[in-house]
Amino acid sequence: MSDNSLKNLPGGFKGMSQDMGSDQTAFKGVQWGKVMMWIFLLSDTFIFSCFLISYMKGRTSTVVDWPNTSEVFSLHVNGVAVPLLLIAIMTFVLITSSGTMALAVKYGYEKNRKMCGWLILATAIGGLTFVGMQAFEWSKLIHEGVRPWENPFGAKQFGSFFFMITGFHGTHVSIGVIFLFIYSRKVFRGDFDKGKRGFFTSMKSDYVAIEILGLYWHFVDLVWVFIFAFFYLW
Amino acid sequence: MDEIENKETVASTHKIGIYLWIWGLLFVLSFFSYMVDWFQFQGLLRWTLILIFMFLKAGLIMAFFMHLFWERYALVNVLLWPMTAIACFIGLMVAEAKYTVFTRLLYFFIGG
Repeated sequence: MSDNSLKNLPGGFKGMSQDMGSDQTAFKGVQWGKVMMWIFLLSDTFIFSCFLISYMKGRTSTVVDWPNTSEVFSLHVNGVAVPLLLIAIMTFVLITSSGTMALAVKYGYEKNRKMCGWLILATAIGGLTFVGMQAFEWSKLIHEGVRPWENPFGAKQFGSFFFMITGFHGTHVSIGVIFLFIYSRKVFRGDFDKGKRGFFTSMKSDYVAIEILGLYWHFVDLVWVFIFAFFYLW
Repeated sequence: MDEIENKETVASTHKIGIYLWIWGLLFVLSFFSYMVDWFQFQGLLRWTLILIFMFLKAGLIMAFFMHLFWERYALVNVLLWPMTAIACFIGLMVAEAKYTVFTRLLYFFIGG
């Protein structure tokens, strides 16, 4: 990121056309792993878009009323139904973990090993909390009789879209949590300070890996922003 | 030239303040979008508020947490243009959904 050679290049669209037509590395100053992660996230964007678009199509074309999500996802606190309470808490937990991840990336680049490690660990625990709450939500809905093919609240399509979209997102969060735990261990062990070679690719470790991990984690949060808006609030 | 220079020096170590600001804004925006449901706004007001808060949150996460604001245009444009294709796809499917519900109503209820 602090590549000095970049300072002599023009920015903006002029820089873009020069970068693309330079007959060499097009993404200047970006480590290749980071480019690959962005490409992967772009393809993942298409997958989630397809889910959300099919949900939109299913919901608008059904002739039966769609279930009222703020009632379906309400939680009873002292006998009073609070709409979307669990979903709101899940949203805040995920945003909290996104913030700790952003700070972890910053401290990683500053070679502050301890701070970086603890923040990644905090992110992982936030993600784990999120998955736990999602498991609770799933079991609650399954207990109430929601299935991919039917539900007691209204349009039958509701169940299939709910399990498909939140399930796929939850899988992403779970994979992210696993990697966060692995990387917090690597950071604490000092792999990134010593440039230790990884067991899988046998390339030298670099703190850029934390930024790549961060990109994935922020993407998971980003997808949740859209799911929260379209599936739960709409 | 000066602009790039500034951006790059900032990029190596961003001030912690900017992250905390964005973090705070994300909390506030999430709170607002929850309030949309809390006060049970309906109709056009509900959709517009949900979409505004959603795009603001998504934009903040991408620009600052994912560092896109500091990346060169070559990378930013590779990421943002395919989203335009998705927007077109959404438009197509809206039209398709309206047609589907029209035919369902016609054949299931009225009897074409």
